[in-house]
Amino acid sequence: MSTNIYRYEVRVRWKSVLIWTFALASLLFIFMALFPSFSAEAAAMNEMVANFPPALKSAFGISNLDLSSVLGYFSFCMVFCQLCFAIQASNYGFGLVSVEENEMTADFLLTKPVSRSNVLRSKILAALTSLLATDVLFWLMSYASIVLFREGKPYELKILLLLLGSVVVFQLFFFFVALAISQLVRRVRSVTPYSLGLAFGAYVLNAFAGIFGDVKLEYLTPFKHFDTAAIVLDGHYNLPLVLLEVGVIILALGFTWLRYARRDIPTSV
Amino acid sequence: MNVIEVNKLTKYYGKSRGIVDVSFGVEEGEIFGFIGPNGAGKSTTIRLLLSLIHPTSGDARVFGKDIAKEGPTIREQIGYLPSEVFYYDDMKVIDLLKYSASFYPCDCEERTRELASLMELELNRRIRDLSYGNRKKVGIVQGLLHSPKLVLLDEPTAGLDPLMQRKFFDLIRDENKKGVTVFFSSHILSEVQRLCNRVGIIREGRMVEVSDIRTLQQNNTKKIRVNTRYGQPAFDLPGVTNVVTENGTTQLFFRGDINLILRYLTTLNVDDVSIEEPTLEEIFMHYYE
Repeated sequence: MSTNIYRYEVRVRWKSVLIWTFALASLLFIFMALFPSFSAEAAAMNEMVANFPPALKSAFGISNLDLSSVLGYFSFCMVFCQLCFAIQASNYGFGLVSVEENEMTADFLLTKPVSRSNVLRSKILAALTSLLATDVLFWLMSYASIVLFREGKPYELKILLLLLGSVVVFQLFFFFVALAISQLVRRVRSVTPYSLGLAFGAYVLNAFAGIFGDVKLEYLTPFKHFDTAAIVLDGHYNLPLVLLEVGVIILALGFTWLRYARRDIPTSV
Repeated sequence: MNVIEVNKLTKYYGKSRGIVDVSFGVEEGEIFGFIGPNGAGKSTTIRLLLSLIHPTSGDARVFGKDIAKEGPTIREQIGYLPSEVFYYDDMKVIDLLKYSASFYPCDCEERTRELASLMELELNRRIRDLSYGNRKKVGIVQGLLHSPKLVLLDEPTAGLDPLMQRKFFDLIRDENKKGVTVFFSSHILSEVQRLCNRVGIIREGRMVEVSDIRTLQQNNTKKIRVNTRYGQPAFDLPGVTNVVTENGTTQLFFRGDINLILRYLTTLNVDDVSIEEPTLEEIFMHYYE
């Protein structure tokens, strides 16, 4: 690994990490701050949710959710955090090497005495560092919000850890899939439409999968692989789906690795 | 020993041509000019040497090492100045130069300061705020700060004012005197003539000629335009080609001893005459018919 590339890349992303963390924390705190009133009216709340049309419930993943329990409510909030994580990780993935080609700085970096694989390795490690930093901050915020707003209600630490830990693999999926896609297109002109497309696409796929029930679209999307409501309900991950996800991550990484080494860097014209 | 040895190098971008079967050698310590019109394949060749793109077939060696296998080692001794310079916009000039230097084993700080003051570059400005010419200067300093043994210049003078161009040429000549090999790509013939020992001419992806600059100059073609009041001069001389007459103006190309044509011109009743360098395009059209 080239420490200079790594350091540069981490520095480039630290602002973005802070902004994402701030957004995630605000989201979580605002949601969790409502928990006391939710749980106070738990019976009425659950009754109201029960009266929602089933399609709407499954679209939001609240069909079998107990909003009156700490983790039931927390897992509901986490779906929205997952969406943020998906966008952030896709952003980093799509932009990782394409941003150099877009802004023509690839000519600078790749004419230095470093190999392509070294560049890629350093960049990936730097991006993973940024993602992990987001995670750690997110974990602390989650724990703090639960301690602050749980109103003395009990929760199972093991399940909380499962929920929080799922974020890591979830991010890796979006990061590496986005990176692999960026190697398939000749030039990623702007990262945002791609990453929003990938993140919302995966989210909507899960929502539709809930509505149609039988169609097995859900196997494609990490929102299903790490269905937070299911984790709370079952008390464990859905192992085959998680393994499937890990498989996709490894494939995407391998593909990028081979492809980037042979990639022709386009010129400015 | 040849510093650059290119052997039947071919590059296709999908179906469109980059370069075809290009072979040439650049000797150690020379300034090699590489000329051709836009789109002839100059940048493609340089980008292949730097492994920014990969050849379809053929191979090349730099410092005797295969570009496909030892790219990183080779690049340690290469300085590259692209035709258009882009850098991380948010960085300050000095930070970019330090970042650049951090890739090389040398302690390049002194050389960086030296080059920056020579090129009159302000080190504390943000790259974003620099004009095109100033970015180019950053490129020059960035390409030379690690004292490379081979310098690849891809149309380096675009955007530099004449004064800076002269400084830049002096700088390149000084580097060359220290033993640095220079590969200089350009579409401006006069530039290449001023600086280079040998030139390679590339046209539509193929190397059409590699020759000594003196040979090229002896073969120098002039474009001559003559206005005559009466009749049409015949220009029945050896070395005259492409005679076109329109509205009393005769245009032709002449290649050979310039005295011959001058003597002939004095025998005519001439209104106006101009003798000029043909453009590169005209040379190509004329030279290789």
